[in-house]
Amino acid sequence: MPTVSVGRDRLFSVLGATYSELLFYLRCLFYLLTSGSYVSFFKYAAQEEFEDLCFRFGIELDDVTTEKAIIRKEKHLEEEEVDDDEEVIYKIEVPANRYDLLCLEGLAQALRVFNKQEDVPNYSVAEISKVSMLKMHVKPETSQIRPYVVCAVLRGITFDEGSYNSFIDLQDKLHQNICRRRTLVAIGTHDLDKLEGPFTYEALPPSSINFKPLKQEKSFRADELMEFYKSDLKLKKFLHIIEKSPVFPVLYDKRRTVLSLPPIINGAHSAITLKTKNVFIECTATDLTKANIVLNTMVTTFSEYCEKKFEVEPVEVIYASGKSYICPDLSPYKMDVPLSYITDSIGVALEAKEVTNLLNRMQLSAEELVSTIGQCNITVSVPPTRSDILHPCDVMEDVAIAYGYNNIPRRKLASLKSLPLNEFSDLIRTEIAMNGFTEVLTWILCSHKENFDMLNRKDDKSTAVIIGNPRSADFEIVRTSLMPGILKTVGHNKDHPKPIKIFEVGDITLLDDAKDVGAANRRQLAALYCGANSGFELIHCLVDRIMEVVGAPFVAVGDNLGYYIKLSEEPEFLPGRQASIIYRGKRIGTFGIVHPEVLNNFDIPDPCSFVELNIESFLEVS
Amino acid sequence: MEEEAILSYLESHEEIADSGQFAAERGLDHDKVVNVIKSLHGYRYIDVQDIKRETWVLTEEGHTYAVAGSPEMQLFLAIPPEGISREELQKKLDPAIFKIGSSQAAKNKWLDMGKQISRKVQHAEDRVKNVLVQIKDGKDPEAEDVKALKTRKLIAPQIWKGYSVKKGPNYAPKRKKVATDLTRENMQRGDWKDLEFKEYNFCAKGQPAEGGHLHPLLKVSQQLKMIFLQMGFEEMPTNNFVESSFWNFDALFQPQQHPARDSHDTFFLRAPSTIKQLPEDYVERVKEIHESGGYGSRGYAYEWRRDEANKNLLRTHTTAVSSQMLYLLARNPFQSKKYFSIDRVFRNEAVDRTHLAEFHQIEGLVCDRGLTLGDLIGVLHDFFSRLGMSNLRFKPAYNPYTEPSMEIFSYHEGFKKWVEIGNSGMFRPEMLRPMGLPEDVRVIAWGLSLERPTMILYGIDNIRDLFGHKVDLGLIKRNPICRLGIA
Repeated sequence: MPTVSVGRDRLFSVLGATYSELLFYLRCLFYLLTSGSYVSFFKYAAQEEFEDLCFRFGIELDDVTTEKAIIRKEKHLEEEEVDDDEEVIYKIEVPANRYDLLCLEGLAQALRVFNKQEDVPNYSVAEISKVSMLKMHVKPETSQIRPYVVCAVLRGITFDEGSYNSFIDLQDKLHQNICRRRTLVAIGTHDLDKLEGPFTYEALPPSSINFKPLKQEKSFRADELMEFYKSDLKLKKFLHIIEKSPVFPVLYDKRRTVLSLPPIINGAHSAITLKTKNVFIECTATDLTKANIVLNTMVTTFSEYCEKKFEVEPVEVIYASGKSYICPDLSPYKMDVPLSYITDSIGVALEAKEVTNLLNRMQLSAEELVSTIGQCNITVSVPPTRSDILHPCDVMEDVAIAYGYNNIPRRKLASLKSLPLNEFSDLIRTEIAMNGFTEVLTWILCSHKENFDMLNRKDDKSTAVIIGNPRSADFEIVRTSLMPGILKTVGHNKDHPKPIKIFEVGDITLLDDAKDVGAANRRQLAALYCGANSGFELIHCLVDRIMEVVGAPFVAVGDNLGYYIKLSEEPEFLPGRQASIIYRGKRIGTFGIVHPEVLNNFDIPDPCSFVELNIESFLEVS
Repeated sequence: MEEEAILSYLESHEEIADSGQFAAERGLDHDKVVNVIKSLHGYRYIDVQDIKRETWVLTEEGHTYAVAGSPEMQLFLAIPPEGISREELQKKLDPAIFKIGSSQAAKNKWLDMGKQISRKVQHAEDRVKNVLVQIKDGKDPEAEDVKALKTRKLIAPQIWKGYSVKKGPNYAPKRKKVATDLTRENMQRGDWKDLEFKEYNFCAKGQPAEGGHLHPLLKVSQQLKMIFLQMGFEEMPTNNFVESSFWNFDALFQPQQHPARDSHDTFFLRAPSTIKQLPEDYVERVKEIHESGGYGSRGYAYEWRRDEANKNLLRTHTTAVSSQMLYLLARNPFQSKKYFSIDRVFRNEAVDRTHLAEFHQIEGLVCDRGLTLGDLIGVLHDFFSRLGMSNLRFKPAYNPYTEPSMEIFSYHEGFKKWVEIGNSGMFRPEMLRPMGLPEDVRVIAWGLSLERPTMILYGIDNIRDLFGHKVDLGLIKRNPICRLGIA
C-alpha cells in the first residue's frame, strides 16, 4: 500500500469545519493553559476523529511524525524533544489502485466529498479550436523504445509553497506506483511560457542529443549524461530503462529546446517554479492506458488551482501515421448498474435515491434510470479521477463503503459446534497418551464394595447413585471415582510386563441436589503407574505436565492464580505419600501411592501410584 | 546401641537433661549420641533443645605433656642429685624441652642455675601434667590453672554442643524402617506397615515428564482445521508449492504489472521455469478480460503476455489453489461449496521479527448463489468468535481480485487497540465469469496467516521463535494445548 505524507495542519484546514475547529481550540488551549495534558487531549481527540474517518473510508493513518523526525530517523540520530512549532506530518496509507489519493489535494477532496462538505467536481477540457491547440508530433522511431505520449496544459495556475511541493510529490508518488518506477510512464512538467509549440516527440541516437539537464550548470551529450548519472543516487536506478537502446526518447519544442529525456530527466530550460503560471505536462509511456491515467490524475488534481477551476487545456498528439488524438480525455465513463445487483450483493435493501446519495459521497455522480422492462438501473458517471472503477462490482463496493461496512447486518451461514467439554477432553487425552500412558475404557457401573470398602472408603450415603434393581453385584452403583475401574484393570493384567502406565478420561456421577434428577456427571481424569517401585514421582510429574498443558502455573501454597500441591489424608492412599492438587484455590484431585491394603483388595501384588482429578474447572474462562 | 538407649530411656523417663552426661554415664561416644539424636529428631520421634557449654581441650603440645610430663618436670628429673653441667644437661634433652623447661623450672624456683645446675628442692609436683590430664578427662580445672595453661597455649577453648531430649510427636520405643519408596519387596514381605517415609517436598515441582510434544503452530493449525470442518468447509488439496503465474496471478485478475509480481516479492523458478500446459480456452478468456474486459468490466487495457503467465513460481498464496478449485467447480453443473486450506506460502521478503520468506496461510471461501456482504460479515463473525475474537470491525481495502475488499480488525483486550487480523472480500466477477461460473454465483473469501494469531495467542513477538530451525525446543515442550475452537 502506498503511503502519502501530508502536513496535519494543512490537511485539517482543507478538511474544513470540524477539524479546523478542533485545531483552533487546540491552538488556543496551547497558549492559555499551562498544563500540557489538556492540549494533548485535544490533539488526541482531533486525531482520533480523523482516524475514525480514515477507517470508514478505507485509508489508514500509519504514522504521526515531523520533518525533523524523518531526517533524524534517516540519519539514525537520537530522539529529540519535540518542538511544538514543528509541522506535524501524517503518513497516510491509501489503496494501491487509488492514484487520485496520492497527494493532499486528492485526499482532502475525497474526504470532503465523503463527509458531504463538497460536491463532486465537474472536470472539463477547455473548448479551443483545433488550430489554436498545442500540438505534439510523434516520430515513428519512438516505437522502438517508448511509443506513447500524452500531454495537457494547466493554464493560469497559482502555486503556493504547499501546493507546489504537493505537485512535485505527486509526480514522485505516481512514478513509484502506477508508473512502476518510470518503466511504464514518465512524467515531465514544464513552464510553458519558456517554450514554444508545436512540440516533437522523437527517438534519437544518444550522441546527437545535447542539453542542459535540470539542476545542472552545463550541457551534456545524452550518452555522457547517462555516464554522469551512474553516480547519482536518485537517478541511477532509472538508467537501465533506456541505457541499452540505440535511440533515446527525447522531447523538443519548436526551437529545438529539449523538454526532457524521458524517463531520466527534464531540461533545465523549462523547469517549473513557484511563479510558473502555465504548466505543460507530458507523459511518455510504454502503456497508453496508464499514461492517460497518470495525466488525468495530474491535471484533475491541480486544475483546482487554475484560473478556471477544474478546466484543463487540451493538446493534440499527432502520430506519423496521421492518426491524432486530443488529450486529456476527461469525459466521465458511463456505467449502468442494476439496483438489484447492488442491494443483493451487499445484503441491504436500499432505495435508488439512497444509492445515488451514497455514490455521490464516493465521488461518483449517479442517477436512477428505470428501463422499459421496469428494471431499476443506476447510471453512474465515473469521473477521470476514478480509474479504479472497472466493473459494477466497484460501484457496489463504493455503495457499501459509504453505507458503512460496519452497518451491514450479518447473516449467519449454517455451521456446527462441538461440545467444549468433549473437545477439551480429547485434547487432554492426546497429551497424556503422548506421555506414554495407554488409554483404558472401563465401566461406569460397579459394586458398592469396589467403590467404597475395597478403596478403604466409608460410604456416607451422600455421593453415590444406587441402582434399585441390580442384576448382579457388579452393577450396584454408579462409580464416584475412576479408581475401581482402573485398579480392576491392573488386577486383571498381572501378567502384563511392568511397568503398567494407564489412564482414563471419563465421567463419574455424584448425587447433586441442585439438579432436577438429583445427580450430575463430573468429567474426571485418572492415571496409574504400576511397577517394581510405586512410581510416585512419575505420577507427580504427570500432574505437573497436565497442569502445564492446561496453562496453569505452579505457585506457592495459598496463591490462587495457579496450582499447588498439599499433603492430604485420604484413606485409599498411603499416609505421607499422597497430596491434593489445589487449582485456583479449589481442590480438584489427589495423587499418591495406593494403599497396600487397597492394592491387596484388588489382588494387585505390585506397588501403584494413582492420580485422579476433575478437569471441568480447566474449561472455565480465566 | 545409642538409638536404643535413648528411645528406651525416654519410654520410662520424661527427659534426658544433658546428652553429654547421658553419654558419659553409659560409656557412649557423645558424637554418636548426637548423630542419633539428630536423626530421631528429623523423623520427630523426639523433641530437642540445644545445650551449649564452653570447655577446654588440649592443644597438640598439651597432649604430649599430658603423657610425657611438662618440660620443667622432664628437665628436673634429668638432673642427678649431684648436679650437672649445662652442656651435659643440654645433651640429655630435646632443645625445645630444655629451653621451655629451664625457664619454667627457674620460675618455680626448683633449680640453681649456675655453671653447674643443681636441684634446689628435693621433690617437685608436676601440676601442669596433672591439670592437663584432668581436662582431658572432662573434669573442670581451677580457674587459675586454666589461665596458666591458656597462656602457655597448652589448652584451647571449645564450644561443646549437646542436647536435652524429650519425646516427640512421633515417639515410639522402636524406630520404623525408613524408606524412600514402596517397593514390590515391601509388598511381598508385608513389611510396608513398618515403613517410614521421609517427608516429601510438595513445594517443588516433580521431575520433568518424559514424552513427546507437538509443535505449537501445528496444534493451532489442527484446531483451525476442526473449526473449518465444523463450519462445513471442505479441505482443498494444497500439497503443491510450485505454481504458475497464471494460476497464482492471472486467473485472479491480477494485472501483469502488479507490484506483487515483481521479483522483489515473489520467488520465480529457474528450474522448472515454466508451466507446460494450461487450459487454452480458459487462458484465452483470461487474456480477454485483462486486455479488453467483458462481463461488464472495462478490463485493464494492456497487452497481456502469455510468457509472463507461463512463468513458474513458489505460490505466494493458497488462493492459487482456490482459483483452480473454482475453475474445476465451474466445469460441472453448479454446486455450492465451502472450501478451506491451511498451508505454506512463500514471499521473497527480508527475514525479520515479523516476516519470514515462508509462512502459513489460512484461507476459507464460500461459493454460492446470492451470497451477500452480510454473509461474509456473518461467516467472519462465526469463524473469529471461535478463535475468541468476537469484537470485529471491517475497513475498506484494496485487493486486485476481491471487490468489495474488507480488512478485518479485532479489538485486543491486552493491547487495548484494534489489531488487523486478516483480509476478506468477494471475488471479482472478472475472476469468476471467465471460469464459467454463472452470473449470480458469488464467492466470499477470507485469509490470514497462521503465525500471527499464534504469536498473539502465545505471546511470542519474534516469528523466528515460533517457526523454523532457530526455535527453542524447550518452548515446544512447555507449550500448552491449543484451545482454539473450544467454547
